[in-house]
Amino acid sequence: MSEEPRIGVFICHCGINIGGVVNVPEVTEYAKTLPHVAYAEHNLYTCSEAGLAAIKKAIKEYNLNRVVVASCTPRTHEPLFRAACKEADLNPYLFEMANIREQCSWVHIHEPEKATEKAKDIVRMATAKSALLEPQTEPEVEVKDVSLVIGAGIAGITAALSMANQGFKVYLIEKEKEPGGITQKLYKLYPTLADSSEVVDPLIEAVKSHKNIELITSTTLKEVSGYVGNFNVILTGPDGDREINVGTVIVASGASNYTPPKGLYQYGVYDHVITQRELDEMLRKGEIAEPERIVMIQCVGARKGEIRPSELEAFPKSDTAELLRKILKARKEEGWPYCSRICCMNAIKNAILVKEKSPKTDVVILFGDLRVYKEYEDFYRKARDLEVRFVRQIEEVPPEITQTPEGKLQVMAHDALSGLEVNFLADWVVLSTPLIPNKDEVLLARALKIPISTDGFLMEAHLKLRPVDTNVDGAFIAGTVSGPKDVSESIISGEAAAARASILMGNRKVKTEAITAVVDEDLCIGCGLCEEICPYGAPKIENGKSKIREILCRGCGSCAAECPRRAITMRHFGDHQILAQVNALLIPESLKEVES
Amino acid sequence: MVEGEFEPLIVAFCCNWCSYAGADLAGTSRFEYPTNIRIIRVMCTGRMDPTFVLETLRVGADGIIIAGCHPGDCHYQKGNYMMEKRFDYIKKAVKSIGIEPERVKLEWISASEGAKFAALVREMTEQIKRLGPSPFRLMHNPK
Repeated sequence: MSEEPRIGVFICHCGINIGGVVNVPEVTEYAKTLPHVAYAEHNLYTCSEAGLAAIKKAIKEYNLNRVVVASCTPRTHEPLFRAACKEADLNPYLFEMANIREQCSWVHIHEPEKATEKAKDIVRMATAKSALLEPQTEPEVEVKDVSLVIGAGIAGITAALSMANQGFKVYLIEKEKEPGGITQKLYKLYPTLADSSEVVDPLIEAVKSHKNIELITSTTLKEVSGYVGNFNVILTGPDGDREINVGTVIVASGASNYTPPKGLYQYGVYDHVITQRELDEMLRKGEIAEPERIVMIQCVGARKGEIRPSELEAFPKSDTAELLRKILKARKEEGWPYCSRICCMNAIKNAILVKEKSPKTDVVILFGDLRVYKEYEDFYRKARDLEVRFVRQIEEVPPEITQTPEGKLQVMAHDALSGLEVNFLADWVVLSTPLIPNKDEVLLARALKIPISTDGFLMEAHLKLRPVDTNVDGAFIAGTVSGPKDVSESIISGEAAAARASILMGNRKVKTEAITAVVDEDLCIGCGLCEEICPYGAPKIENGKSKIREILCRGCGSCAAECPRRAITMRHFGDHQILAQVNALLIPESLKEVES
Repeated sequence: MVEGEFEPLIVAFCCNWCSYAGADLAGTSRFEYPTNIRIIRVMCTGRMDPTFVLETLRVGADGIIIAGCHPGDCHYQKGNYMMEKRFDYIKKAVKSIGIEPERVKLEWISASEGAKFAALVREMTEQIKRLGPSPFRLMHNPK
């Protein structure tokens, strides 16, 4: 290190949150005695405007080249203090935080003396790490203003149009011969009962005629390399392979319909036991005449069983395709654990369609729970007004189906409200089945390194806060590829993913992680272990040495821990920086030795 | 060390995304626990070089907690599994230098498990108190 560390320590009272427990002035005096500490002060609120101004002023006045703030958690306030350092021309990575609120004063409210001693330890540890910090920069990469959308269902089409209308070039690929996805195959949509084609056809036309969209059908993704801003993609179709270069990728490859195994509610045994999708098709073709009774059964193959720990354990250990094969196989028999969200409305829609065509037909819906959220409640009421009958079931006693000698279906069900057995003679039994992950998306997940959930769907970066982002920068998800959605929700997620991708493409550049791995080539023997274990494919052995492609590295540090030659160092979380905290805690006298 | 009851010093290596956040939540929820723990933040338990554990014991820690995301929840997909795979031989190595393997604990704590974090610290503090000071600590601080 060229420059002697000059650390400024700022200790926060956080009103009474810290100051009410920890003796802040005492800790401040203590901090002044620590090696390399050039300045220390305490503030009522270090994060306040006055507090931040004090930091900036002290950096200049005392010529500080390191800053430690002892206050709350870095998980919330580190960005703020880093920004203050930056404003005072100090590299933000020369900032370190000591968490003496969440991890000290708040958990030791009744032990002020011990908490004060602990706070001193925490500050000492932070200054020890601080002295060893080095400036870092967040690499900036160019983002190509071209996007690839995988899957031309309603979500993919929406995303493609949204980006194309903003002026970005879009490749829209579809594995089928025609675009439209599942929506295109539906008859009518709830709750408007509009023809599905009325919604989809104009969008397909728009896609086909848009000057910024290149629609490539009968084509799938073969390989992806590169990173945010610059993905190299190989597509494969009837005319062979084709290579394209894009800045962002939106995965909208959809889901599949669950097909019940043969024998489940006599599906595949009796011809008149069908799924809602099959009923939908018959309604479209006008093949349902005027039956006396139709019985629908909800949650067939859905909301069954728990996610077993063995599956969870299998997750990162086995590769993604292997995992999905296992999940699909187990689920085929056992059913899927989640609520598929669309089946209640779908059943009600088809019940209404039957009733409108044939009012005399008795439609019975056997359900466990009915989920008709937002304005869909009106749709449910409409079905009630049309005298569709809803009979609640309990999971323990599922309906049983037999065939009468006359060829009708006998449904024996347990009415949860009366506690009695009820029998229905039905012409048709219709099973409501969930949307399930499709196998193709796994190949995508594998190519793009997007993780899949234990349900087998592609996983969002954060379930609540980043619903269309993925763990892979520059790759987004839209539609049912991340879980069951209806048409309007798929459209919303398509628009959302397009907006997220457009931010990157509009800015033309993006900053990536500064905390990355670095290889010491003198120590590296090119064993390739790092290449093997990295979930992001960042290390690559070239000419017998590991090269870490910074842009791909996310900074977990697994490679550094595994490297048998200790040739890999993590920026900002180096071995020496981590162990400095350990040493500062346990052998504080070692700090003085370093200084002398 | 205060005369009378032995007050152990326990170092916890917590991953940034789950366990460090879980420890923060214990604070936000005001779940009190003994003051014997000092937390060191790492981005991921996958970062935990086995030598960190040995080195931390060598300089006198009485106990070590390594806390990461639950299986399947790792921010970096599989860092916690890498850690888990190492843990067996970490325990063996710890044993081979004459330290009780119970002084080192691996736990999964999510960002929502503040109560679990507090309970873990209580439990670990009790356990280390039962075991007494680490032999290496006595070497550094014979008093």
